[in-house]
Amino acid sequence: MSSLRYLPLLVLLSFATLSGCTDRSALTANTLQRAIPTDPETLDPHKARTTQAADILRDISEGLVGYSPDGELVPAAATSWDLSDDGLTYIFHLREGAKWSNGDPVVAAHFVAAVERLIDPETAAFYAEFLSDVSSIEATDDLTLVLTLGRPTPYLLSLLTHPATFPIHTLSLAEHGDGFARPGKFVSNGAYVLDAWVPGSVVSLRRNEHYWNNAATSIDKVNYHVLVEDSSELNRYRTGELQITSTVPPDNFAQVQAELADELHVATYLGVYYYGFNLSRPPFKDNPELRQALSMAIDRERLTTKVTGRGEAPAYSWVPPGANNYEPPALSYSGMTQAERNRVARNLYKAAGYGEDNPLQIELRYNTSDTQRRVAVAIQSMWKEALGVETTLVNEEFQVLLANIRQGDITQVFRSSWIGDYDDAHAFLKILESDNPANSPGYESEEFDSLMQRAATQTDLDSRRLYLEEAERVMLADHPAMPIYFYVSKHLVSPEIEGWGDNVLDYHYSQHLRFKAAQ
Amino acid sequence: MLRYTLLRIVGAIPTLLLVIVLAFLMVHAAPGGPFDDERALPPEIEANIAAAYHLDEPLPKQLLRYIGGLLQGDLGPSYRYRDYTVNELIGIGFPYSLRIGASAMALALLVGIGAGTIAALRQGTLLDRVVMGFSMIGISIPVLVVAPVLVLLLAVKLRWLPAGWSETGGLRHYLLPVITLALPQIAYIARLTRASMIDVLSRDFIRTAYAQGLGTATVVRVHALKPAMLPVLSYMGPAIAAILTGSVVVEEIFGIPGLGQFFIGGALNRDYTLVLGIVVFYATLIIALNLVVDILYGVIDPRVRYR
Repeated sequence: MSSLRYLPLLVLLSFATLSGCTDRSALTANTLQRAIPTDPETLDPHKARTTQAADILRDISEGLVGYSPDGELVPAAATSWDLSDDGLTYIFHLREGAKWSNGDPVVAAHFVAAVERLIDPETAAFYAEFLSDVSSIEATDDLTLVLTLGRPTPYLLSLLTHPATFPIHTLSLAEHGDGFARPGKFVSNGAYVLDAWVPGSVVSLRRNEHYWNNAATSIDKVNYHVLVEDSSELNRYRTGELQITSTVPPDNFAQVQAELADELHVATYLGVYYYGFNLSRPPFKDNPELRQALSMAIDRERLTTKVTGRGEAPAYSWVPPGANNYEPPALSYSGMTQAERNRVARNLYKAAGYGEDNPLQIELRYNTSDTQRRVAVAIQSMWKEALGVETTLVNEEFQVLLANIRQGDITQVFRSSWIGDYDDAHAFLKILESDNPANSPGYESEEFDSLMQRAATQTDLDSRRLYLEEAERVMLADHPAMPIYFYVSKHLVSPEIEGWGDNVLDYHYSQHLRFKAAQ
Repeated sequence: MLRYTLLRIVGAIPTLLLVIVLAFLMVHAAPGGPFDDERALPPEIEANIAAAYHLDEPLPKQLLRYIGGLLQGDLGPSYRYRDYTVNELIGIGFPYSLRIGASAMALALLVGIGAGTIAALRQGTLLDRVVMGFSMIGISIPVLVVAPVLVLLLAVKLRWLPAGWSETGGLRHYLLPVITLALPQIAYIARLTRASMIDVLSRDFIRTAYAQGLGTATVVRVHALKPAMLPVLSYMGPAIAAILTGSVVVEEIFGIPGLGQFFIGGALNRDYTLVLGIVVFYATLIIALNLVVDILYGVIDPRVRYR
């Protein structure tokens, strides 16, 4: 009987096979094939959140300011700007003749409309507070935009390279409402336009003929392939189906380093990988000595060379090196050898009331992934070896871990990370302010907060820098979290491609790239 | 007959409703929410987003709202793909899953029955052992292992086939995923066919056929194949289930935008509506197909109507 039950399904299935398969045109020669690890959640610049959405949006749209391949700020939709002496007023001069992909002129009002939509609570934008330092934005004429700040914001230009601040085509927003950023509707002002998007597969862009600098764009089409598995990326790169990967799988890194050394690009990236302490519960509440002991007992050199091994830099500060106009202070013990650190750590551990007969028993939570597991196992054994700590490893699905960290009821030590949204130390330090929703350890320090406040009011860049550095020094001494290593970006870039540059933000605009043969 | 049909349709509703309620409760029981991120949101924004998606309402109210939408054929907005509705995503994903799954099934039947028949006719020879040996391997090695090995061999080393999916790639891009998905089924079907064929070939009516002077090919084709196919037909149900579950892995590895990939991504990102939508869609499909079969039984066999 059961044999007949599925017969209709079978017939249906075979019919679909016959009707569905069609061969479409082969890969175009001047099409760039790149990889992204997941779909963008949306290409609405105000509702997007992930870095891959931002990467695609930087190809499609253009803000006032952009980055060169080497990570230098360059004029984009604005040709120049003036800053008032008090550091509170920016006047942007927009590019004359710049057009949207439908031929409409790009005017200052489009930037104003975008900012208004960004901060409107109705929009529920993830980056709603991104421009919270901007107190007013005004279009004095079609080509002049005046931005007034509530306090000096030296990183404002860097913020303006983020898609959350890009202009929107107000007419299409009025016409299509929230669906304005979908393929076929999205009117944009960047070097490319959104051509098609098959969720789970590919986001396709094509050249924007109306772009002001279209003559300088070399590549006609760009396909962002959604590849969840990093090993799939590597395979496709090896077969020539991809010219740029989004990462290199950890298991194959050594092999890639040996075989494809010239095509491998590893660069410092503004991101810190850390373990946070839950400061609201014992044993870490009000116990900085114990926190310091655990932090010191992590052999970061061994970890980054033997365990992660993809060029990551051991972290002795919170803000990564390479942030604009900033010299991160180091953890107090960074000058010691690991043996010395372990000795001091043991003393602190004993002073906190623990020892061989009475070992500290803690849970370390991390999100399920091979890299996280390896790091956690290594740190578990380092703590065991140096101090005798009994660590229980708990791996949780990412969303579960996030929920647990936020509730703070069961966590003790947890794995987390932070990626800078703009090139400034403030992007990292702000999250440890008492009232910041991303303050995962629950760090509260009046001294730190007031130093951050004072840094925020400085117009002089050097004194601002000193306040920020002092704030970080104060925070590091409290050990609310253990910075472990700084991320690096890792890409394979085909030798056919020219114009690639490594930079700390890991931005790689497709318009800067070209095929060698195309010249 | 009409009464029987109506009764069957009415009987399917509670089943479907149960599936919906259970699935709804299960996805909402998972810790974490669709908009959680390391980059935590300001509370006001979070509240706005929750309100926009009615996530601030009590669960029973959300369930009723969901069922209300379903009655109008609306599976709701996706949380992960904020520009798409679940209806649109299923519309995009299902044709891919259907194409890969149906092709794999067709391939499995063709190759499996062929290989099984040959092995049965050459029973005990080296050929038989080779076929059965390969099928044992096919059964034992999971798709999770087969897929990367095939990619490494056929795509990366030999460069015969592409390593992954491409929208513009055409038929060649179907080959590896379809082969991967079909392999274990080929193995099962070959073994089933062989055993059943050996049994049938030893029956009296086959001897009679040979005695009439017919050649082996005719005997197999005309007389033996049909009865030998019964166990294979019975296996179709489990095979389709295996291909459905296998497609989840295959879609992920080859980057095919089918329902399997949406299902995994949806579950990990707490895209409640997407996961629910796919469950409801598959449940409805299977219930509907069973219903059609049951009604057909009623048409073919009057006794069933009065069961």
